[in-house]
Amino acid sequence: MSAPRFLIRGAQIGSGSATDILTQGNVIAAIGSGLDSAGAEIIDAHGLIALPGLVDLHTHLREPGYEQSETVLSGTQAAAIGGFTSVFAMANTNPVADTAGVVEQVLALGEAAGYATVRPIGAVTQGLEGMHLAELGAMASSRAQVRVFSDDGKCVSDPLLMRRALEYVKSFNGVIAQHAQEPRLTEDAQMSEGEVSARLGLAGWPAVAEEAIIARDVLLAEHVKSRLHVCHLSTAGSVEVIRWAKARGINVTAEVTPHHLLLSEDRAETYDARFKVNPPLRRREDVLALREALADGTIDIVATDHAPHPSESKECEWGAAAFGMIGLESALSVVQESMVETGLFTWDDVARVLSITPARIGGLASHGQMLAVGAPAEITLVDPHDRQVFTTDRLAGQSHNSPYLGIDLPGRVMWTIHQGYATVAGAKLIATDIIAAQAEEVRRG
Amino acid sequence: MTARVIMQTPDIHRVLTRIAHEILESNRGADNLVLLGIPTRGVTLARRLAAIFQTIVPGAAIPVGALDVTMYRDDLWQHPTRMSSPTDVPVSIEGSTVILVDDVLYSGRTVRAALDAMTDLGRPQIVRLAVLVDRGHRELPIRADFVGKNLPSAHDERINVRLAELDGEDVVTIDQAVSA
Amino acid sequence: MRHLLSTSELSRDAAIDLLDISEDMAAVADRENKKLPTLRGKTVVNLFFEDSTRTRISFEAAAKRLSADVINFSAKGSSVSKGESLKDTAQTLSAMGADAVVIRHGASGAPAVLAASGWIDAGIINAGDGTHEHPTQALLDAFTMRRRLHGAGSRGKGLDGVSVTIVGDIVHSRVARSNVWLLKTLGAEVRLVAPATLLPVAVHTWPVTVDYDLDHALGESAPDVIMMLRIQQERMNQAFFPNPREYSNVWGLSNARWIGLPATTLVMHPGPMNRGLEISSAAADSPQSTILEQVANGVSVRMATLYTVLTGNREVHA
Repeated sequence: MSAPRFLIRGAQIGSGSATDILTQGNVIAAIGSGLDSAGAEIIDAHGLIALPGLVDLHTHLREPGYEQSETVLSGTQAAAIGGFTSVFAMANTNPVADTAGVVEQVLALGEAAGYATVRPIGAVTQGLEGMHLAELGAMASSRAQVRVFSDDGKCVSDPLLMRRALEYVKSFNGVIAQHAQEPRLTEDAQMSEGEVSARLGLAGWPAVAEEAIIARDVLLAEHVKSRLHVCHLSTAGSVEVIRWAKARGINVTAEVTPHHLLLSEDRAETYDARFKVNPPLRRREDVLALREALADGTIDIVATDHAPHPSESKECEWGAAAFGMIGLESALSVVQESMVETGLFTWDDVARVLSITPARIGGLASHGQMLAVGAPAEITLVDPHDRQVFTTDRLAGQSHNSPYLGIDLPGRVMWTIHQGYATVAGAKLIATDIIAAQAEEVRRG
Repeated sequence: MTARVIMQTPDIHRVLTRIAHEILESNRGADNLVLLGIPTRGVTLARRLAAIFQTIVPGAAIPVGALDVTMYRDDLWQHPTRMSSPTDVPVSIEGSTVILVDDVLYSGRTVRAALDAMTDLGRPQIVRLAVLVDRGHRELPIRADFVGKNLPSAHDERINVRLAELDGEDVVTIDQAVSA
Repeated sequence: MRHLLSTSELSRDAAIDLLDISEDMAAVADRENKKLPTLRGKTVVNLFFEDSTRTRISFEAAAKRLSADVINFSAKGSSVSKGESLKDTAQTLSAMGADAVVIRHGASGAPAVLAASGWIDAGIINAGDGTHEHPTQALLDAFTMRRRLHGAGSRGKGLDGVSVTIVGDIVHSRVARSNVWLLKTLGAEVRLVAPATLLPVAVHTWPVTVDYDLDHALGESAPDVIMMLRIQQERMNQAFFPNPREYSNVWGLSNARWIGLPATTLVMHPGPMNRGLEISSAAADSPQSTILEQVANGVSVRMATLYTVLTGNREVHA
């Protein structure tokens, strides 16, 4: 029996009332008042909200291959400062995560870093090229236990290949996470097609390019009775398709990014490439439809699509800039701003969309459990009353391509507890060597 | 701000008539004269002078032109971008006697610019300067040959010339800045 | 005016001021001495990432007539084509002491990025950016229309009530965008005529009327001005239209269509023309054609633009 670790005093669990939480080893040992604090570090959490450690089903860690943008270490540090205790790492690395070797490497890097549980996502097709299925079974049975497969960044546009992938992953209860983007309809596309793109002279990205793929895929999932996850919904029309599919009993889940919940296409007016992202920012009506859909459960989860890029990829003309924005450090604040402050969400809802459901979709049993006795000590403590201008001081990853710099946002992650130890204490990241040592200790049992 | 009236219609007409006589005297008649007004009010004053000449020397049709100096100014970076005005010089000024006409002579910089602008149009034999008001404070070695009224002023005062053709009334006022 | 990036930023007064200054600049072109000392000591850089000899020499002539020093920086074949970023190029020009940068770039918004970047303090003049805007082209078009319609009495006037029909590849045309905003600001009524493939899907949000059928549009009422845009033959490979023959038959200003127009209708084209495709030679060479005037007026309008961007104390600018 390990010793008491933390006594969290006065935290409000989700939407509930304030209480104390005692952790022991890497589990929650007790919840209530008057808990014995002997030997435990006391965290004064009055005014803070306790959430189960956040789980991001859609992160780009960039390693191997693009270490100038992010590494597994720096990316999981960004995750920790944002309150995440687990991230699913997308497969578009170099080499692509399309073999057991690569996914095991990413897994091992995550374990060694110790800031968060890293679950690799496997590519659906070899080299993300959309031609041949990757070794899905080998990745599933590897030490990385891959269950989520995605060509994210590219769409599995070939309908036959998509059908086969959906069928094939049934044997190990996998899920295909589709990046829904009809490639021919989006050749050279730069931003959402509409009033703003027409005025700015940027090649348009029609909503139908996303919606048509989602419509096709839900029908394929229904036909082969498999499980589909749709990445980063961005349009009101996509919401309608998902709503229809769920009503029909199709096994589909959907995600939305924080930025699609807050930002709209007019941000492109200044050609500031920090707002260039795939899928693109859409109309205000779409933003509101996505919020509604997240509130009513049509959209299941929020995932960051954290996409780090070096400054030179963004400090340039819009057309030459890379797609993507970072999001791990700001996600919880943006969800608070767009969903909680607007009255659409309680904090229990936040826990559901940022921890419980993403862990369930990703098949990650060690995370995403309600904070209760016996649950793993994966805990995020957020101060919801904080409100300040978001600056680079809040960033812990390697890249600074955040669209929120200079924007006023509420909420701040004060503590992140992962595997029983703190990765963030008093809103400060704990040093790399300390975390690595703690993680090593956990691995040894 | 308090405004003090310095000249009205009769005063303006009187001094322009005097200037016309002085010009004719110094030029020994109306021959070879060209009046070039500096926009905007200098052009109006030049036209009035031309009309007065006709009453003094019947049949004398003295050419009147507009000489815009905007593109020749040396203070284009001290103020908001200035609008230009048309330059319209109906005759060649080569070898002529040009009378430059402006409403207020102050630093002399406008006249300096006018001399440059004129040089780009041709080479007059003689150039003279006529102004309605000389308020002093010259920054360049420039002096008017014909002055309607000498009006010593302070730097922070504003001289306002309003002419009926443009402003609906003839009046020269001095605005005194009231120190706070 | 700190920069000229888009005609949508111009108020009616600012646009008319620019056109009026252009009139005064045009008068200088008629003198024996065509040069003004206005921008002596100022450095204007022509930064051209795309080849466009006509636009570059027009700006070069404009800058030289105002006595500015001109540096032509053609990005093709330079370090830029070897991967140097816009940022590095801008900082280099800044170090050279550029007071204004005239930029032509294939990417929409590149001038706006430069203006907002802080990499360079110079005034930025958009000489055509991607499929976004080409503001000095629209200004010279408006100037040309105003002179033809109002003659010597142009000064101070807009284009109120003037009907302008723009025909062709609207969606890819920076000339069309700049013209739509400026003509609207000046009070003109703009009609766009093109196949739907060559119109933005959101064209209904623009202050224009739209017709897919040129004969229908011309049959309803003859416009005061018809402006033909250059059609790029490559577009047929992207299924924008089947082939040049069909495009020409349906949307070209053929002899027959031109003859059907009243003699008062002005024929405009921003150049370079595809004779026989979007415009017939008879139309292009007719007395109603303003195509060569457009070229001459380009210098005057660019002089006015350089003057307006490069003079004035910056603090007072809003």
